[in-house]
Amino acid sequence: MSKLIFELSTEGRGARAQWPQTPAEALDDLPGELRRRTPPALPHLSELQVVRHYTRLSQRNFSIDTHFYPLGSCTMKYNPRGAHRAASQPGFLQRHPLAPPALSQGVLGCLHRLQAILEEVTGMRGVSLAPMAGAQGEFAGIAMIRAYHEARGDHERKEILIPTAAHGTNPATASMCGYRVREIPVTSGGDVDLEALQQAVGPHTAGLMMTNPSTCGVFETQIRAIADTIHGAGGLLYYDGANLNAILGKVRPGDMGFDVIHMNLHKTFATPHGGGGPGAGPVGVNERLLPFLPRPLVVEDRTADDGLHYRWADKAESPHSIGTLSAFGGNIGILLRALAYALLLGRDGLLRVAEYATLNANYLARALEDAGFQLAFPQRRASHEFIITLQREAREWGVGATDFAKRLLDHGVHAPTVHFPLLIPECLLIEPTETEDLATLDAFVAAMQATRREAEAHPDRLHQAPHTMPIGRLDEVSAARNPDLVWRGDPPMA
Amino acid sequence: MSQLPDDIKYLNTHEWARLEDDGEVSVGITDFAQQELGDVVYVELPEAGTEVKAGDEVAVVESVKAASDIYAPVTGVVTAVNSDLDTAPEWVNNDPYGRGYFFRIAPRDAAELDELLDAEAYAESIEG
Amino acid sequence: MPFIPHTEAEVGQMLARIDAPSVAALFEEIPSELRAAPLDLHDGLNEMDMLRWMGAQARKDEGTLCFAGAGCYDHHIPAAVWDIATRGEFMTAYTPYQAEASQGTLQLIYEYQSMMAHLMAMDLSNASLYDGASGLGEALLMAVRGNRGSRSRRVLVADSLNPRYRGAAQTIVGPQHIELVPLALDASGVTDTEVLAEHEGLDFAALVIQQPNYFGRLESVHSLTDWAHAQGMLVIAVVNPIAAAVLAPPGEWGENGADIAVGDGQPLGIPMASGGPSFGFMCCTERLVRQMPGRLIGRATDARGTPGYTLVLQAREQHIRRSKATSNICTNQGLLVTAATIHMALLGATGLAQVATACHHANNQLLRHLTAIPGVQVRFDGPHFHEAAVRLPVDPATVLTQLAAEGILGGVPLAPDYPGLSDCLLVCATEMRTDADMARFAGALARTLTAPPRCQAGA
Repeated sequence: MSKLIFELSTEGRGARAQWPQTPAEALDDLPGELRRRTPPALPHLSELQVVRHYTRLSQRNFSIDTHFYPLGSCTMKYNPRGAHRAASQPGFLQRHPLAPPALSQGVLGCLHRLQAILEEVTGMRGVSLAPMAGAQGEFAGIAMIRAYHEARGDHERKEILIPTAAHGTNPATASMCGYRVREIPVTSGGDVDLEALQQAVGPHTAGLMMTNPSTCGVFETQIRAIADTIHGAGGLLYYDGANLNAILGKVRPGDMGFDVIHMNLHKTFATPHGGGGPGAGPVGVNERLLPFLPRPLVVEDRTADDGLHYRWADKAESPHSIGTLSAFGGNIGILLRALAYALLLGRDGLLRVAEYATLNANYLARALEDAGFQLAFPQRRASHEFIITLQREAREWGVGATDFAKRLLDHGVHAPTVHFPLLIPECLLIEPTETEDLATLDAFVAAMQATRREAEAHPDRLHQAPHTMPIGRLDEVSAARNPDLVWRGDPPMA
Repeated sequence: MSQLPDDIKYLNTHEWARLEDDGEVSVGITDFAQQELGDVVYVELPEAGTEVKAGDEVAVVESVKAASDIYAPVTGVVTAVNSDLDTAPEWVNNDPYGRGYFFRIAPRDAAELDELLDAEAYAESIEG
Repeated sequence: MPFIPHTEAEVGQMLARIDAPSVAALFEEIPSELRAAPLDLHDGLNEMDMLRWMGAQARKDEGTLCFAGAGCYDHHIPAAVWDIATRGEFMTAYTPYQAEASQGTLQLIYEYQSMMAHLMAMDLSNASLYDGASGLGEALLMAVRGNRGSRSRRVLVADSLNPRYRGAAQTIVGPQHIELVPLALDASGVTDTEVLAEHEGLDFAALVIQQPNYFGRLESVHSLTDWAHAQGMLVIAVVNPIAAAVLAPPGEWGENGADIAVGDGQPLGIPMASGGPSFGFMCCTERLVRQMPGRLIGRATDARGTPGYTLVLQAREQHIRRSKATSNICTNQGLLVTAATIHMALLGATGLAQVATACHHANNQLLRHLTAIPGVQVRFDGPHFHEAAVRLPVDPATVLTQLAAEGILGGVPLAPDYPGLSDCLLVCATEMRTDADMARFAGALARTLTAPPRCQAGA
């Protein structure tokens, strides 16, 4: 087990090289009753203790840099170190967010270039880089749909339609934007049930949210008919960019008829996931939603007298904007990494992303099928990801998706996404990404086969997996009934 | 096989409702429902005194990986809630029709109970 | 083809295995009329050329002497912080869904939650939100949901709150028809206690107070908290985590403490970097835990009794609760929290208090430099922490432009957000600014005031 940092603490110790020296009397002008009475219970440590503790903790993680990470719908591809370095230069790191354009032409020029690249890649008319994550991009998108209907005096549209296979963020976002959610069923082939959709739309429909390729890992072929249905009823079409990696340069959301989209730059543009963030979720819109884009927006003015070619748009230039989403300009450090990635790949490189992501997924799907696994949609071409269902294994040997996932960890593979989408029982959603080589894919197939043989012969080994990780499966029921969220100086358990 | 007492009424959303001797209706979730949910870790209960209409969402029951809304089976006023569940939600699993009840309602019209499913009809609904 | 490992031979082998004639054929299900024409984009660059271009961009913005704060502060960051945070094992992992393979990130977040709860003197902390401003939006939604005694969708928000926080929060809560009702300032730049009486007996879900406030002034947080609680409101504290090392923390405000504390974690080891990524922290009382948005990490044990860490209370979240989730948020700001945790561990309570003290000292020194210039005054009387509004005898916007020409960021103009303070600049000096830096700033400012720009001289 690993001690908590608090358990390493000894009163009187400190990383003194990090302490500025100012006499405590410097605070004497502050009113006593507003001062802190007791110091916070932070640990007392030497610098080496801190460095060693967190270096060791890092070694208790799986990551892209250390392990194959085929986590479906998350696009865990290589995060180029060059992009990280590009964004980590002093001029970028030391810039205050409110520095005026005269001190900001470098970063503003970068952001403007990224806006233009994203517009071209998605086929949209305008892009705002403001949203700080995919979920915030979704929020901005649905808030724009709402603003659009309200600006037209159309107050009866109170419902957002969402396919049942959708990620949970979609309905949560619609609720945050004050909408009712109606779910639309998905056919056994993995497509939206067009007939059900036609029955559901009406003057109450604000819009439809969908991903394409869908979370079922297949391309929604009736997309034009879906767009016509929604537009015919006066609603707008929202594209969740979770799976943009699958179609980059092949087909553009704008050309498919979508009115608004968000992109996950931490997926498609390879910025690091950071153990769960930061991300960036820019939104793109077509002509009719342009006035509602979230602030701030970078504009180019080649004729400016002062020679300052880039600036933030004034508030007065976007009076119908849904507003700001953060204190400043969003996750600019992530945007710079995404730009660096786009610069490295260029036109041809971006096209290869979708091609090789799709090649890897289809190869892996076929190899697993040949090894006896059951594909959820065997008749369809896989996109950049695909689903297998372990329903048979669960029925015959009592070994489910979670058991497989845990046992894969012992093989040095991060588990695929489990139990999502919800409508496929005992499923694994597998996304190998384009940056993995053939040998890694074959090793994954071998690990899956070995796990399957073991499931038949020794199901208990899977039930108790993992066996080689720092800990075994945790008692989540007790953790949920009596949550222990904060260290309170209690003695370590066990 | 889950237990389905035949002296109480059911909703197809897996609540049960029992007319008590004092004229109040106690409400909980069925044995089938608790098995489907798995270990219950938390129950969010309404406050006593809340007026509810039949079909209102009045409580939430959570397991580690799922959460379900609980609907009022009848219209009336919540008179009491089972505060034992705050510290021991496992009663929902261990004794769904007894100590694992959620709350009691003073019904405006106890005849509303007649509209609910009986054990046989509920059994059909969970098999179908 | 950058980052794609496939050799031609391997591609051939893979296509043969899946019976596809070409890679292009894998897209046959996409209707042909939808397929994109070649993108109108640049040719790809190698890493050297990409870095050359990005480097040239970065250098354009380099070397500014910063006297701006307003929610983003230029602090020293120990070298160890980012050396460790950018280890691939932290930087290229994802949300720790598989607990057994993510103990590093999970234990670190548990330590973060603990440190943050202690720093704020609150019962608990979540794993972080996107930033302080959007975090306030989430706090408002949480307060409206969590205040069981109130049916109101209105919240009182002090005018001394950072206007950028108010703006973002408004965007986030607007669609749910939550109304932000302003509370006016008094002549000394803090919330006017005289106007409180006008709001008594009306139903508000919460009161939002920032400490230190946007002008660096100190609010009477104890009496404001007690007043709000007496009125049945929840209290949302917006605080700077460095300041919390020396100022009364939100959990100790008034008789019972604030109910929710939010703010931006940037001062805890995150570079300014144009304002993002940073992270928002959020702490609350035990009673509100089920209303908390975002991830929570808890301690648990495995079958052998070994302690470990895992995501808990996930049933509140979007992937389970869908349209009834507490928020649509899916992640935290993991990497920034990693840096902040290492930062807090290095600094400790003493180090953080010393940073706060040094900042306070530096800012007072800056004010002495600036007010020595004829016509320059501190706008509000009374103690300031960290930053202050100063009044100038000429238009601050013009002054800032002239200072920028000398590579100095001379503060933030208050005019856009406070028409009554249009002659003021918000200035800030952290522990990073030396006496020589301040003298340089003051000298440049004095020159702009004595020699008005040509365009004005001609008018």
